[in-house]
Amino acid sequence: MSRKVPKEQYEKTISYRLKSWLEGSRDLYLGNLEMRPQSPRQEDEGTRRRHQEDKKRVRARVYDTEHNREMLLFKKIYRIFSLLFCVFLVSMLLIGVADLPPFGEADKPVNNEVPQRYIEKGLQETGAVNIVTGMILDYRAFDTLGESHVLFIATCTVLILLRADGKEGERGEEAEMNDRAYEPKNDVILQTAARLLVPFIIIFGIYIILCGHLGPGGGFSGGAVIGAGLILYVSAFGFARAERFFTGATYKWMSFGALACYCLSKTYSFYTGANHIESVIPLGTPGAILSSGLILLLNICVGVVVAGTMYTFYVMFRKGGY
Amino acid sequence: MDFIRNFPFFSIILSLFSGPLSSILGGKWAKRVNGAVIGLCGVMSVAVLWYVCRTGEAYVYTMGHFPAPWGNEIRAGILEALMAVFFCAIMLLCMLGGEREREAEIEASRQNLYYIMVDLLLCSLLALIYTNDLFTAYVFVEINTISACGLIMIRRSGRTVEAAARYMIMSLLGSGLLLLGLCFLYDLTGHLLMSNIRESVQVLAAEGMYERPLLVAICLMCVGLAIKSALFPFHNWLPDAYGYSTVSSAAILSSLVSKGYIFLLVKIFCRVIGFDVFSGSKVIHVLFVFGIAGMIMGSVDAIRESDIRRMIAYSSVAQIGYIYMGFGLGTMEGVIASIYHVICHAATKSLLFVAASGITDASGGSRYFKDLNGAGRRNRLAGVAFTVGALSMVGVPMFAGFISKLFFSQAAVGHEIKMLPTLIALAISTVLNAVYFMRTVIRIYSPVKITASEEKPAKQEDGREKTSRMPENYREITMRQQPAKAVAMILFILLNILLGLNSEPLIGLIQRGLGMFS
Repeated sequence: MSRKVPKEQYEKTISYRLKSWLEGSRDLYLGNLEMRPQSPRQEDEGTRRRHQEDKKRVRARVYDTEHNREMLLFKKIYRIFSLLFCVFLVSMLLIGVADLPPFGEADKPVNNEVPQRYIEKGLQETGAVNIVTGMILDYRAFDTLGESHVLFIATCTVLILLRADGKEGERGEEAEMNDRAYEPKNDVILQTAARLLVPFIIIFGIYIILCGHLGPGGGFSGGAVIGAGLILYVSAFGFARAERFFTGATYKWMSFGALACYCLSKTYSFYTGANHIESVIPLGTPGAILSSGLILLLNICVGVVVAGTMYTFYVMFRKGGY
Repeated sequence: MDFIRNFPFFSIILSLFSGPLSSILGGKWAKRVNGAVIGLCGVMSVAVLWYVCRTGEAYVYTMGHFPAPWGNEIRAGILEALMAVFFCAIMLLCMLGGEREREAEIEASRQNLYYIMVDLLLCSLLALIYTNDLFTAYVFVEINTISACGLIMIRRSGRTVEAAARYMIMSLLGSGLLLLGLCFLYDLTGHLLMSNIRESVQVLAAEGMYERPLLVAICLMCVGLAIKSALFPFHNWLPDAYGYSTVSSAAILSSLVSKGYIFLLVKIFCRVIGFDVFSGSKVIHVLFVFGIAGMIMGSVDAIRESDIRRMIAYSSVAQIGYIYMGFGLGTMEGVIASIYHVICHAATKSLLFVAASGITDASGGSRYFKDLNGAGRRNRLAGVAFTVGALSMVGVPMFAGFISKLFFSQAAVGHEIKMLPTLIALAISTVLNAVYFMRTVIRIYSPVKITASEEKPAKQEDGREKTSRMPENYREITMRQQPAKAVAMILFILLNILLGLNSEPLIGLIQRGLGMFS
């Protein structure tokens, strides 16, 4: 090893000292500064007991909320002030609302070129007969993209809070016991009703999603209906049977698939739109089931996310696992 | 159209997509994806900044095939790109600095959920920065709120759940008020696009129509965003949320989440309502008074605190007060000073949180001042980093905090009524800052108190062994043991000194960016 500076000299340089100080092998105070430790506090049995008694007495005085005069006064003042604050807030909002343009007037500022184009050209520009669907999934698709991720992240937060991550065998029995503590198992009336209703509910939900661009409906409402159907099924037949087709992994892949599909298709249409490239997706004939470009696909994605979110919320709050 | 114009959209969609992607990955891969996404977004934001500086004008980017008032659009100017660059850089450093604690404090099965939260938080911040549409802003405010809640409570202890519940309640109240304000504005103007609303509001203000609803709308939006960014009387959710969550969460929450809302407020002032209408309304006096109250009361609360993390959290209340005071001055200089302070506080506060975690680590995990003696010498880099952060917060020249205080006082000088209160409040707040920060710095460099029982065995052994002179759970930490945190702290220190020594270009960029707003 070649060293330009001899070792003794190198150890005197500032850079070496800084390095050794940073690494902790050298203490500037050691050997240079004399430090005398403070004399330790003496504490025998008597003082210790006295301190404890003091503490107890202080606690009893401080936390005696029944007879604490300041506390009672504070409660009264708090009530009065919160009442005054509410009255103030309500009156402020009412004053604001009273001066707004009256409801239903023809020349309201809201009736401008924006809704006009939605109503007049919505059908031919988006291909959706239901112009509300056209608005939320084509004109303002970016907002809806954000909104479906709100659902996704809400589910993730519930998972953080409530998911029970025990070993499968350990928690299984106990969870089953807790689960059936307040509800009867194998209730015949419930099961018969569920057997009749669940298929119809789910088919109706699918119909609402698929026809979202043709009539009232869409991914959000249809997904909610399917989620309700799944919840009815699981409360009638229990988790053992629901797990045959819906587990944590199902939800994971389902939501990832739907959101990825949504993201990618919208990336394509945003990119082509902003760069003035003609989109290759045909709008189709309005009124047909396969029409209106990407809207049908997006409705399906939103429906899947919503149904999964509702079902996941239910099982998380009930059991903490699928 | 230049390809670079797509970058704001790419960075938003990339961070949005990485959220669902992380949900199917394990913790380790989710971490890699997260790091890569933050880095990529930072690089793209730098490119956008370079592009808009070169062309000298902001541009709008249509999200889809329909132009603005009908479809969505985003807008990129110098200020937007600058904020995006800073947010990405600081988020990357926060994630780097809190890596060890994160892996220790969060269960392995929940690690990937943490990265989902961070990915979507980044996405919502970028969208808040770039959006040109008020309703899009609201949607991403929702994502921001929920993900911040997840970041707080992922470290599972009773206190974080309570803190998250408090945060949720306060923050949802803020979102609700913001939404009400948006409804008022929409009813008055018939638009959700920022530039269109401003045209209508200018007309309404000039003709004196709908004066009261307009004032109510401004109030609602200001109060909503003030609650969400913890302005003084609405700050009681803050100390628990910042004090007990894991380090990287605390750093991100204090330096980015609240700042995102403040930047949205700047956009609302300058691009939605119009700065002259806003500074003509009485709302700014209210913001000014509460800003000044926050500057002093936040510091007083911090002095009373005996827990280092909560002390730093209370210091945030004071710094948010500075920012609102700058808005309350009602001049362009005040807004520039506030925006500079947003950046400077983001850089300093996250440094302080990371350094405080290093200090508590060297003191056996205790966060109380009585146990911190000599921590700055057991973990040298953390000690230096904390000192730099403290000096910057106090406002010592050469560090970032000094420049922002200088700009605040410059903005205040010449103002008829508000000059004296501002300067006095700045002086008092600086002294109070010095009291609690310097107390901490002195504490971490003062020698360890040794009780008699602990000293005896130490004397019997080799007297020069330093470790034997310390209580059991104290330990020395060198840079080699925690390389990620060391790198993060060194970069944070450099950033602070850079901001303090070379603030001119940044101020120039902020001025040009604000010029593009109108």
